[in-house]
Amino acid sequence: MTTVSMTVNGKTVSADVEDRTLLVSFLRETLGLTGTHVGCDTSQCGACVVHIDGRAVKSCTTLAVQAAGTAVTTIEGLSSGGELHPVQAAFRDNHGLQCGFCTPGMIMTSVDIINRHGAHLDEATVRHELEGNICRCTGYHNIVKSVLDAAGRMTTSAAAE
Amino acid sequence: MGVEGIGQSVVRKEDKRFITGKGKYTDDIKLQGLTQAHFVRSPHAHARIKSIDTSAAKAMPGVVAVLTGSELVGDKIGNLICGWMVHSKDGSPMKMGAFPAMANETVRWVGQAVAVVIAETKNLARDAAEAVVVDYEELQAVVDVREAVKPGAPQLHPEAANNTIYQWSIGDQSATDAAIAGAAHVVTMDIMNNRLVPNPMEPRSAVAQYDSADDHLTLWTTSQNPHVARLLLSAFYNIAPENKLRVIAPDVGGGFGAKIYVYPEEIVCLWAARKIDRPVKWTADRSEAFLTDAHGRDHVSKAELAFDADHKIIGLRVHTYANFGAYMSLFSSSVPTYLYATLLSGQYNIPNIYCEVDGVYTNTVPVDAYRGAGRPEAAFLIERLMETAARQFGMSPADLRRKNFITQFPHQTPVIMTYDTGDFNASLDAAMKAIDYAGFPARKAASAAKGKLRGIGISCYIEACGIAPSKAVGSLGAGVGLWESAEVRVNPVGTVEVLTGSHSHGQGHETTFAQLISTRLGVGIDTVQIIHGDTDKVQFGMGTYGSRSGAVGMSAILKAVEKVEAKARKIAAHLMEAAEGDIVIEGGEVKVAGTDKKMPWALVALAAYTGHNLPDGMEPGLKEGAFYDPTNFTFPAGSYIAEVEIDPDTGKTTVCNFTAADDFGNLMNPMIVEGQVHGGIAQGIGQALLEGTVYTGDGQLLTASYMDYAMPRADDLPSFDIHHTCTPCPGNPLGIKGCGEAGAIGSPPAIINAITDALGHNHIEMPATPDRVWHAIHSRMAAE
Amino acid sequence: MYSTSYHKAASVAEAESLLAGASDGKYLAGGQTLIPTMKQRLAAPTDLVDLTKIPGLAGVEVSGNTVKIGAATRHYDVASSASVKSAIPALAALASGIGDPAVRYQGTIGGSLANNDPSADYPAAVLALGATIHTNKRAISADDYFQGMFTTALEDSEIITAVSFPVPAKAAYVKFPNPASRYALAGVFVAKLADGSVRVAVTGVGESGVFRASAIEAALAANWSADSAGSIAISPEGVLSDIHGSADYRANLVSVLAKRAVAAAG
Repeated sequence: MTTVSMTVNGKTVSADVEDRTLLVSFLRETLGLTGTHVGCDTSQCGACVVHIDGRAVKSCTTLAVQAAGTAVTTIEGLSSGGELHPVQAAFRDNHGLQCGFCTPGMIMTSVDIINRHGAHLDEATVRHELEGNICRCTGYHNIVKSVLDAAGRMTTSAAAE
Repeated sequence: MGVEGIGQSVVRKEDKRFITGKGKYTDDIKLQGLTQAHFVRSPHAHARIKSIDTSAAKAMPGVVAVLTGSELVGDKIGNLICGWMVHSKDGSPMKMGAFPAMANETVRWVGQAVAVVIAETKNLARDAAEAVVVDYEELQAVVDVREAVKPGAPQLHPEAANNTIYQWSIGDQSATDAAIAGAAHVVTMDIMNNRLVPNPMEPRSAVAQYDSADDHLTLWTTSQNPHVARLLLSAFYNIAPENKLRVIAPDVGGGFGAKIYVYPEEIVCLWAARKIDRPVKWTADRSEAFLTDAHGRDHVSKAELAFDADHKIIGLRVHTYANFGAYMSLFSSSVPTYLYATLLSGQYNIPNIYCEVDGVYTNTVPVDAYRGAGRPEAAFLIERLMETAARQFGMSPADLRRKNFITQFPHQTPVIMTYDTGDFNASLDAAMKAIDYAGFPARKAASAAKGKLRGIGISCYIEACGIAPSKAVGSLGAGVGLWESAEVRVNPVGTVEVLTGSHSHGQGHETTFAQLISTRLGVGIDTVQIIHGDTDKVQFGMGTYGSRSGAVGMSAILKAVEKVEAKARKIAAHLMEAAEGDIVIEGGEVKVAGTDKKMPWALVALAAYTGHNLPDGMEPGLKEGAFYDPTNFTFPAGSYIAEVEIDPDTGKTTVCNFTAADDFGNLMNPMIVEGQVHGGIAQGIGQALLEGTVYTGDGQLLTASYMDYAMPRADDLPSFDIHHTCTPCPGNPLGIKGCGEAGAIGSPPAIINAITDALGHNHIEMPATPDRVWHAIHSRMAAE
Repeated sequence: MYSTSYHKAASVAEAESLLAGASDGKYLAGGQTLIPTMKQRLAAPTDLVDLTKIPGLAGVEVSGNTVKIGAATRHYDVASSASVKSAIPALAALASGIGDPAVRYQGTIGGSLANNDPSADYPAAVLALGATIHTNKRAISADDYFQGMFTTALEDSEIITAVSFPVPAKAAYVKFPNPASRYALAGVFVAKLADGSVRVAVTGVGESGVFRASAIEAALAANWSADSAGSIAISPEGVLSDIHGSADYRANLVSVLAKRAVAAAG
């Protein structure tokens, strides 16, 4: 057992966990943040993606102890003040989700994609960048639309600031 | 908020919780004293269990219990059943081998459960599961249907000689034989339909809780039909009587058929929760999902399509071996028979059809319905034959199809189905126009200039869904009716709750069902709550599969809301002293036609509940229920055209354009309908290009994770071009047809027809992997 | 995952002593292979010694004609490094195609090389560029380093600290991904070094892991052109064969990818 402390969605958390505890288990079971999901066991589906220090990583392939001292953002912490994050809003407006299970990971990955590419996104880039996130419902058509729409919204709002 | 009614692309109400991480899936449930189950599974495809030693496991840290198949049998937990009786052509019933929830004598596939460890945590349960010692005597295994039916093949079940479950047939054999014997042209093909793993992104999960004071069990589970699950658990598996068992299917992360069935793990969790008097949770990891979720498809067929000299079809003869896997899953018997062979007529006038289907056991994961269930296999078969025939005749594939299209409705096929309506030329026209079919030769030349092979492929599918008239399916052997139930409760303030037996696991019912209420009662969709998936809340219902929630589930809601309206009109007429026939409900108001008399909807609702001033003899309240049983299947149909480009050096196929023109009748929410089509097409392209399930000869599943089973990813697919044509369905009051499965049914033949067009070959197996395509190109070059 | 004990090393020396103190320990870098392997219970180290927090072990340094990359440098950081992009664009491009974006944020060059997966990308670059693997004990040339599938010249407790790549005259890497796992079904790295010599390394194909395609090297040394690379037929002998690609198919891919890589290198 190790005492693991980190910042999750802006709050400092600390818990004693087995060293073999995955970050995703720490979030879901220890902290009760069940928005982060587990869809595979080979690090491919991306349902578990969270941000560690601003980078989108797979929380099923990271030990909680490895993330000690970092700042973690999960889907629950993406928006603030009751307002949806532009990526969340774009997924809703473009029907970018059906069953909703892959959605948290898709959204966290999409935020990272837009952060890196800004307004320079095109369909081919989005499709390539979503390589690590699997959706079985949407055929990706509306997910791609959502990401492109969100990129527009985010760069427009950034330009306005 | 205004009315957000039928036909509008209303943004989904349920999305808020999913995009903020507040969805509630089964694995999210946490209960006081929760234990975790881990199953010990067979590493052998076929073996006799000589002994199981659980003593070491029981002594491991955190272990609460270790239970085996013989204890389960000792407690009289029932074997899993197949609920659809299919008879062989000789009249004998299907041969159903015993399927215990945990094997106690023989294991028949790699992954079959033999014991379960229940411990304080998931890790501890898994640690201890490794300490369970099972002594197996290995037996010979068989995985291929063609091998399994040969004399001397390993035998799986004593009930089923030659591993054959049934030898079923449909149609007129002698008339078909005669037609083929006298035909001017016969196109003959060997056609495989590859085995698929459904892979909803949420792995299956179950949480069972026992209340010893009430002797009552609750099961949260990843189910598409919780009521049917409760019925089976009660009536067949001896878990608890229905009044002592509540089944809840909360948010469910996709189903695609794989979550229709009650699986061994749910039975074991319920049985164990009572035994240890603590809640038990089990959640599959993906590798377990590959080894235990019912697989789909897996047909090996020989088909002959006969034409007269004028290229009119005169007969179709098919023989299919259907791989059932190691046991008969819940609806497995119906998939390669009534959901398959009844659609072999496709969109064509075929006077004579005869099809034989042999259902066969093998040492593989049980096979059952997966998106489309039987209909993709039928569409693939007939559309590959049509494309190949057109090439043999040197005709345009579109023209050959048009020449044989059914144009008069209703149309009785020789294989049970009566197509109610359709316009097949309209959808083919729409698809050809959208993809600029006429411009294809120029695009092909442009590809050739880059050294690439370009091909175009048409698929004109029809399917039968919105399952199904209870009387019809009953006569064909179904163990249940396939009606749907609904209840519409208007609250005293006028807001509405709809309780439905349909279950949403991605389909957006909370929005579309609310749109229907919004249209009828003139209230905003935010004042409508859709409640489903809980046997304690909703009366018995049949659940969601076979694209039935719109055509059947919504029709039940419509029937209930019509009863509500009738009562509301009576109340309003009484209050406003008007004739009942003059009362109109619209825009949130109840009006007397031709006058300025009106009252708000909410006040009519309130009046129903205060009961102060109701017509004489009327019961208070405003709540009505209904059961709707459809009169026919619905028959969505359409034309899909795929255009592919192949890199001859690597064999890689790129889908450049994909156009779909579907006739789903009236659309409730076009945005959601298109989403269903997108997802279906992606799964169909997955089947055609990527998804192959591979077993070794001794029954080890090689494609047991995403490392080896190629799931379609965003960069494997293009954006899709979706169009609609419309012939309203006459079989239900809303005029709608199912849209959930069409994409998966229509797309595989379009892709394979395009690839074979590009290659100038008539044959390639699915999935058409780069390796296969490259070999197809190079074996041809070698032959030339 | 089996029970394990995690240790964070503050220095290379401490890492070595932590490993020495463990009964069956393993170094942990980005963990993108090791953690999934442990999750599937295919590896069961009693102890994990995390190398990624060691100061100075990550980073890119360009001096003269050498690009030196710290062992704990993440794939993303190599891919987005302006100095790598300008000195050896082929290396940055290779790093930008490893796994997926989330994997690239975590995975490290040292971890990839220590693991030496037969379908990994980095070994192709290291071997084709004739890079040098620096460890806490010595410097190992690429030709000596790779010793077969999942096998390297590293001793049990030896730690990769950095990799030095000579800046080539021309280089490119082209891979054909496995449709399921997205690892290289075949990947070919071609390089014309500053001294004019040609090296071609192939990953995803060899039964003994990454290897140099000497016939293609000879052809390119004689005539550096795409057609010259593509004209060499590779024997399917000793080539991996599995459900995703038969030996003859993979062998064909080597010629095709070599040709494309030369075309890309210019």
